[in-house]
Amino acid sequence: MRVETKRMLRRLLRNPSAVLGFSLLIFFTLVAIFAPLICPPQSYDPYMIPIVTWDKTPQPPSEGHPFGIIDGRDIFYGVIWGTRTAFKVGLTVTLTSTLVGLVIGSIAGYFGGWFDEVLMRITDVFLSIPYILAAIVMTAFLGMGLDKVMISLIIFGWMGTARLIRANILQAREEQYVLAAKALGVSDFLVITKHILPNTIFPVLIQATMRIGSLVITAAALSFLGLGAPVGYADWGALLNFARNWLLGASGEALKYWYAIAYPGTAMVLFVLAWNLVGDALRDAFDPRLRG
Amino acid sequence: MLTYVVRRLLLLPLILFGLSLIVFGMIQSLGPDRLLAAYVNPGVLDKLTPVQLEKIKQKYGLNDPMMIRYIKWLKNTLQGDLGWSLVGKQPVKDAILNRLPWTVELALYSIVPVVFVGVWLGVIAAVNRDKFLDHFVRIFAVVGWSFPDFVFGLIVLMVFYSILGWFPPGNLSLWADQVIKSPEFRRFTSIVTIDALLNGRFDVFVDALRHLVAPILTLSWLWWAYLLRITRSSMLEVLTKEYIRTARAKGLAERVVINKHARRNAMIPVVTVGGGMVIQLFAGTVIVEMVFNRTGMGSFTATAATQLDYASIMASTLFYSLILVIGNLVIDILYAVVDPRVRLG
Repeated sequence: MRVETKRMLRRLLRNPSAVLGFSLLIFFTLVAIFAPLICPPQSYDPYMIPIVTWDKTPQPPSEGHPFGIIDGRDIFYGVIWGTRTAFKVGLTVTLTSTLVGLVIGSIAGYFGGWFDEVLMRITDVFLSIPYILAAIVMTAFLGMGLDKVMISLIIFGWMGTARLIRANILQAREEQYVLAAKALGVSDFLVITKHILPNTIFPVLIQATMRIGSLVITAAALSFLGLGAPVGYADWGALLNFARNWLLGASGEALKYWYAIAYPGTAMVLFVLAWNLVGDALRDAFDPRLRG
Repeated sequence: MLTYVVRRLLLLPLILFGLSLIVFGMIQSLGPDRLLAAYVNPGVLDKLTPVQLEKIKQKYGLNDPMMIRYIKWLKNTLQGDLGWSLVGKQPVKDAILNRLPWTVELALYSIVPVVFVGVWLGVIAAVNRDKFLDHFVRIFAVVGWSFPDFVFGLIVLMVFYSILGWFPPGNLSLWADQVIKSPEFRRFTSIVTIDALLNGRFDVFVDALRHLVAPILTLSWLWWAYLLRITRSSMLEVLTKEYIRTARAKGLAERVVINKHARRNAMIPVVTVGGGMVIQLFAGTVIVEMVFNRTGMGSFTATAATQLDYASIMASTLFYSLILVIGNLVIDILYAVVDPRVRLG
């Protein structure tokens, strides 16, 4: 196993896009950790972007406000603290929904029969509403806010994992080591957690990594629509929402407001790109078909 | 084959039933008084006496037990009585019928560039495997896939509207909007570009098209990245097949081998994904219509959600879900017809 792990690491490090992905992730992690040092919070809630001027018109980058000002708020502050928001949303939603999917998929796959039939039909039902729409609607009913967005994304985000783990378990169930464990009288719970999951978990982890990016996009899209983070919250989507309002109102001179899109937009694209690159690299590294 | 289709058809009502339960469950999370606003024009609501209010609650059964409420709600919904839309300031049904053609137009027109450009890029990448073009296209795929549609849309808006002034936001210019609302303009299909041609108003057609280019580009962007990846890997797999080697050994031109022998077979997985993609294009209109300030089902849904217009939200959810469920069913059945491995599996 250790030799195997080493070989995988070496393969990862030789892949330039993987290295780029990991470097970006490390960079964003550092920014998130040191956010209070880069931009000292000025109110009791550090996630609220401090208002620096009561003039609502966007102002281009200047000394003290390197990314400019929009809606009276410092964009630099919003981008830096928005990194924390992105991590918070991406990791919380992915971990929780993956866990839910894992439990449901394991039960369906391992016990089969009616359990399987019922759980899979429930999965089908949840899959019958387009994800972005389900998130929008659920958030509207729960009441707006970032936490509500996360709950909605979790409620409608577990089905992919459940299907994947179920299919893997259906395969693993017939393997010799599982049959042997069962014959020895090992309990169902232990068979699943000790024997089956460790052997089927990798595809799930890779899938989860690849989902983080698109989850962050969806959450930001909801903020962009005005359903997510409250006004002034450090969130990339919310910053871009300000930008949209100014762009639509400013025919011919929108280039004046480039910074309102460029900085939060770049942060977001790089963040999502990082996760997608890492996900791709992990998939390539673990894909048995590529093993020499 | 038949069992597969029958099974899928039997599951359809079950899924629709489950869907109706989810939607109904969401409605019930609100109290009866807040629900009233979903059924009655709020302007009227304020003027009603408590007795009249009770009557409306009776009519929609807001005080009944859960089971009966569900059945009544289902009956109303099936009859097309979807309540009053705050956002549309008209019954939800009419609001949807007014907006639907705009969204259908946008989503359907997007299919053409998505499929042709996506597949074309994928084939180019596969044929030039590990050469410069392949790397270039693949980098485009990864970066494109990481680009949120609303960020890309904002950039498109800035470049093509603000700087170049080519493609304005909205559905139509003011004058064109007046033309299509005038009595001489006959609405044959409700889809403006087609109606404009049928009416012989080429200027309106061009105007509608100018407003469509930017949103179509934004909708397509994401799916190019996706489709080209699938086409590329499928092409690479097919290119290793024996019959390709045979075709080359016969001395066929490389162009013929690629276009006639390889690409056709590589299209099978693309077709399955393509079907699902068309459905997702509809969902994508929510964001795109908001970015470009277009009237349509997508912006209707998003606005309804921000203004807590529950009747409209519910109706849109049902609408988008029906497209998804029925679309998936059609794709699955078609796929089973095309590929025998599916129905046996």
